[in-house]
Amino acid sequence: MPEQANSVVVEKLVKRFGDFVAVDHIDIETRKGEVFGFLGPNGAGKSTTIRMLCGLLRPTSGRAVVAGFDVARDPESVRQNIGYMSQKFSLYNDLKVIENIRLFAGLYSVPAKDLQGRIDWALEMANLKGQENLITGTLPGGWKQRLALGCAVLHKPPVIFLDEPTSGVDPITRRQFWDLIHEMAGEGVTVFVTTHYMEEAEYCNRLALIFRGKIVALGTPSELKRDSMTGQLLLVECEPLGAAVEALQAAPGVMDAAVFGNALHLVVGDAAAAQPQLRSYLETRGISVSRMEQIWPSLEDVFVSLTTASNTAEERKP
Amino acid sequence: MSLTRLLAVARKEIIQIIRDRRSLGIVIVMPVTLMLLFGYGVNLDLKGMPVYVVDQEGSQQSQDLLKHFQNSEYFHLVRVVSGYPQLTRALDDGRAKMGVVIPWDFSERLRDGRPVQVQALVDASDDNTANVLIGYAQAVVQGYSGERQINWLGRRGLSVQPVAISVQTRTWYNEDLESSAFIIPGVLALVMSVIGAFLTSLTIAREWERGTMEQLISTPVSAMEIMLGKLAPYFVLGIFDTVVGALIAIYWFQVPFRGSFATLMFASAMFMIVVLSLGFFISVLAKSQFAASQIALLITFLPAFLLSGFLFSIEQMPIALQWITRILPARYYVSVLKKIFLKGTPASMLYADLVPLAVFTFVLALLATRSFHKRLE
Repeated sequence: MPEQANSVVVEKLVKRFGDFVAVDHIDIETRKGEVFGFLGPNGAGKSTTIRMLCGLLRPTSGRAVVAGFDVARDPESVRQNIGYMSQKFSLYNDLKVIENIRLFAGLYSVPAKDLQGRIDWALEMANLKGQENLITGTLPGGWKQRLALGCAVLHKPPVIFLDEPTSGVDPITRRQFWDLIHEMAGEGVTVFVTTHYMEEAEYCNRLALIFRGKIVALGTPSELKRDSMTGQLLLVECEPLGAAVEALQAAPGVMDAAVFGNALHLVVGDAAAAQPQLRSYLETRGISVSRMEQIWPSLEDVFVSLTTASNTAEERKP
Repeated sequence: MSLTRLLAVARKEIIQIIRDRRSLGIVIVMPVTLMLLFGYGVNLDLKGMPVYVVDQEGSQQSQDLLKHFQNSEYFHLVRVVSGYPQLTRALDDGRAKMGVVIPWDFSERLRDGRPVQVQALVDASDDNTANVLIGYAQAVVQGYSGERQINWLGRRGLSVQPVAISVQTRTWYNEDLESSAFIIPGVLALVMSVIGAFLTSLTIAREWERGTMEQLISTPVSAMEIMLGKLAPYFVLGIFDTVVGALIAIYWFQVPFRGSFATLMFASAMFMIVVLSLGFFISVLAKSQFAASQIALLITFLPAFLLSGFLFSIEQMPIALQWITRILPARYYVSVLKKIFLKGTPASMLYADLVPLAVFTFVLALLATRSFHKRLE
């Protein structure tokens, strides 16, 4: 096995569909046993990237090496060393649970001596022991997802790609699913997972935020929260909210003001210095402040801030 | 090429066929239905065609002539009516295919040795039937006329030298002139077109439609393994249906089988590969089950039905159509079928059909393997 068996290395990867640039010069490097998250809105280029990494789409330019094999030159070797779960459920609904497992064991050429062990393991993992003879189409959504994961990793691949594995799954099942992902990562498997749920992104070791085909930020969730915001975040509770937003958007030193629930999130240069200034700024305008404190941004704040910045940059282009 | 992966695909395909009532129904019911339909339903023989008669004279002689019609197996004298209005009505509403009118001076003219004309009104809405009826009617009247001449000469003491030249006919290959013997062997080509092209046209399209293709091609299975694994079960089913069809033809419809079974199987295997490849190719291009099945019917079933020589003889088609039939694999297979069943032609003398069939087999199989790629684009 090549020494970079567990890695995914992407350099200047581009995918164009006609005039549309779906993936625009992205660079990624994952580590062994890492859960690498790919976060972005629908249409940002997440699935397109994952499909290129699985050898399902040919990159327009750039290079991607997965498990030590080049995806453009040697897609078959890539496929033998990865597990892939597509966004849409894509096992055979008219096959029994056990028949789907046997099919994929065959497709991955699981050796006969390991077969029963792998089947048992997959059933165990998917929590489907005793349900082998159910028709797959009749299973609830969460079970299907677990079965799909089981089928994708029957051959113990060093790298796994999961494209929105938890979409349409209830929160408890989602939580269990992430436990499974971390279990596999704990065994040294590199897991590459896309999502558009912000709270799921917190479960990843590292994250790439993708927007309009470009990676706008990359790091651990806490790094992103700490470094990716230009400025610091203030939470303000005040009355009346509407007048406050309007006033604050024009206030000196405030880079951004937005309503979050029943409070305001302000982006300022230096939170400590800005607090007394803003308090008096609001009070002279007849707005009563009940609470004002510095908060750590959530990934959502980071994402909103980054995509707004990216949007503005885009608009400034001639 | 990995046998494990190929068998995994084949096993999956078999399970899906067995679990899908519709395709299983097509595989089992269709060959029998088509056999019975064409064996009993299509009859190109004209026998016992209904005839109405207006006998204006009603003499001994006119009765004699009518007896000749009656004795012919091709005509059935339904009734004698009194005049043209009734006859016209019978022809109009299809109760009669032909009307025979014997003139009021029939026996008088015969006695005087003057020429006499009997009128035949023929329903020519089906021109083929009409032509055949006219031929039969002329033969009946000529037979009667010849008999009278011999009697006339005999009564004058002249030595009767009957017609000097006659044709001794012996019908070969299909001795009883049964059209079912001509049609039924060709039904096998129809059966295989349905099994091969129609069913397989759905297999790849279905995977795209249901989204299962994406998972399938993310595994190391090769395009060739997918194709062979998917087609192998249908090949077996097609050959099975061919054998069932042949047995029905031979033992139920008593169609003579004079050739070698091995040659039949060899040609059938080639034709099966042809239709499977076509079905697969269509399925790859169409990507939707509905479109694929429509195209499959259009380019395999219809030509096999209309242009293969199965029902309608190629020699009687317009020249342009005859040329088109040359690019239809079904034409060669139907020709082989008829020769093997009825004539017992050995394989060595079937090269004019087997060679083109082999060429199609090779070209289409190649086309099918080249058409499918493991890419989403």
